[in-house]
Amino acid sequence: MENFEFTKASTVQDALAATRSASSAQKLVRFVAGGTTLIDLMKLNVERPTTVIDINSLPLDRVGATADGGLKIGAMVRNSDLAHDPSVQKNYAVLSEALLSGASPQLRNMATTGGNILQRTRCYYFRDTAYACNKRDPGSGCSAIDGYNRIHAVLGGSQHCIATHPSDMAVAMTALEAIVHVEGPAGERTIPLNEFYLLPGDTPDRENVLRPGEIITYVTLPPLSDGTRSHYLKRRDRQSYEFALASAAVVIRLQGRKIQRVRIALGGVGTRPWRSLEAEHALEGHEASEANFRNAAQAAMRSAKPRQHNGFKIELARRTLLRALTTATTA
Amino acid sequence: MAKDFSPLVEDLREDPIKASDSPTTTEHVESEKKLSRRSFLERIGAAGVAASVPLLTRSAPVTQDSAHPVDAPPIDTQAETSAGTVPVALKVNGQTYNLNLEPRVTLLDALRERIHLFGTKKGCDHGQCGACTVHVNGRRVNSCLTFAVMHQGDEITTIEGLAQGDQLSSVQAAFLEHDGFQCGYCTPGQIMSATALLKEPCGPNDDDVRECMSGNICRCGAYQNIVAAVQQARQRA
Repeated sequence: MENFEFTKASTVQDALAATRSASSAQKLVRFVAGGTTLIDLMKLNVERPTTVIDINSLPLDRVGATADGGLKIGAMVRNSDLAHDPSVQKNYAVLSEALLSGASPQLRNMATTGGNILQRTRCYYFRDTAYACNKRDPGSGCSAIDGYNRIHAVLGGSQHCIATHPSDMAVAMTALEAIVHVEGPAGERTIPLNEFYLLPGDTPDRENVLRPGEIITYVTLPPLSDGTRSHYLKRRDRQSYEFALASAAVVIRLQGRKIQRVRIALGGVGTRPWRSLEAEHALEGHEASEANFRNAAQAAMRSAKPRQHNGFKIELARRTLLRALTTATTA
Repeated sequence: MAKDFSPLVEDLREDPIKASDSPTTTEHVESEKKLSRRSFLERIGAAGVAASVPLLTRSAPVTQDSAHPVDAPPIDTQAETSAGTVPVALKVNGQTYNLNLEPRVTLLDALRERIHLFGTKKGCDHGQCGACTVHVNGRRVNSCLTFAVMHQGDEITTIEGLAQGDQLSSVQAAFLEHDGFQCGYCTPGQIMSATALLKEPCGPNDDDVRECMSGNICRCGAYQNIVAAVQQARQRA
C-alpha cells in the first residue's frame, strides 16, 4: 500500500473543507469511515488515495424519527447498530434482515451506512490489477465478459462492465424507497436511492451521481402504512459470511388477499441494487397467489442477459423472489 | 551464531511499512530477553538459513546476491523516501503505547510489529477470516481493515488482555475444556469474537452461535468444539 496524508474531520464542514484544500493541491482524496472496503482495496492497489480523511468523528451516528413518521439514519451509523435498532426491527424488518445477512459481526461493527451504500463490487477482475477492467482503469477492457463470470450481473450490464453491486443493505433500502442526503460544495441535496446508482453503460467507472467533494450525511426512509410487511431473502454459496448470488427485498401491503402496494428490489443479479418495476406492476391490484408471484418473478427477470457462467442466476433469482413473496405474505 | 544472523531475521520480520521508533515499555524490553517460543523459532529459522545456503550453492548455480542473503538489503526499501510518520498513542489492554507510525499501518500491524503483541494473528489480511479480531471500545472488529492512526483514545483489547494474571477468562477456559482448536492459529480471533458475543444479541441455539461466529474461519474445522465452548461460556456468563 502506498502511503498517504492523513487528516481527521470532526464536522461535515471540516470534512468538506479538507476535501476542497486537498483536491486543489491535486490530491486524490478518499474519506475513510469503517474502512472495510477502502482499506481492503488500498491493500490491493485498486484504491490509491494520496489523502485520506477520517470521518469517524462526524456527529452522524444517530437513528431517529423524521417529522412524517419515517426514519432518519446518520451516515456514520454502524451496520450492527442499525440492524438492532428497535425502530428498524419493528417497522423496517427487511432492512434489519438484509444488514444481518451481510458480512460478519466484526465487519458490521465497523461498516457504516454511508460506506455500505458506496461499497465497491466484488468482481475479481476489478480487485486484481493484473487484469483489464473498465471500472478500475477506463478503456482497458472488461475481463469478465469473456472470462469467468459466475458471480456477475444478468441485469443492467453493458458491453463494458457486468459487475454486480454487492450491498444487501442497499437492496433493502431500494425497496423501502430510501432518500440519500448529501452535502457538498454547492450545499445540500437529496437523491432517491433508486436514482443514486448509475448503470455502467460506457462509463462503468462512474458508479453513482455523487459530485466531487460531496459526502453522504443521512439516509431517510419514508413511513410505511400500517399492516405493511417486509422481508429479505438471500441466497449464496454458503450459509453465512458470503455475498449474494441472488437476493430479494419485498415490502408489501395486502387488503385481504389483494396486493395494495408492493416494492421489490433484487440483489446479486444487477449492476446496481435492482428495483423491479416489472414485478411490482405484475402484482399490484392482484391477488397474493403463487401463480401471480410466479408471473412477477418471470417479469422481474424478463430482460436478463446470461453470460457463459451466470445463467443459473436467472432461475435462482426467480425462485428467491417467489420464496420472499410467499414468506412476506404468509401470516 | 544466532546473533550473527539476527539482522536478517529482523529484516524479514519487519513490516515493509517501517517507521522510526519502537515501543518503549520496559516490559517489552524485558520480555525480549527471555527465550520465548517466538524467539526460539526465530533462532531455529536463522540457523536453517545458514544451513541451507551451502546446499543451494552446491546444487545449482546461484547469483552473487542469492548466495549471500545475509548481506541482501532489507526488504524495506521505501523507508527513506516515504512520507513522514505521525505520533499515535494507542491504549492496548490498559497500557498506553506512544508510537510514530505511517498512516498506512493497520491496527493489526501496529499491534504485532510495533507493540509486539503477537497473540493477534494475521490470516487473510482482507477481513475474510477473522484471525485478527480484537475489541475496540468493547466491540469486536477486524484489526486488519482499520488504520492504527484512527484509534487514538480508543480502548483496545487483544487476546493478551483477557486473562487476569494466571486466571483465564471464562471463554478461554471453555475453549481449553472443550478443545476448541487444533492448530490454534484462529483461536485468538475465535476467543475475541466469542467474548464479544457474550454481550451481543444472539439467539440461544447452536445455529445462532454458528451464525454469530461466522466471521471467524477455522481451517482445521474445530467448529463443533468451538460451538460447545461458546455455549458453555454463555451459560456461565
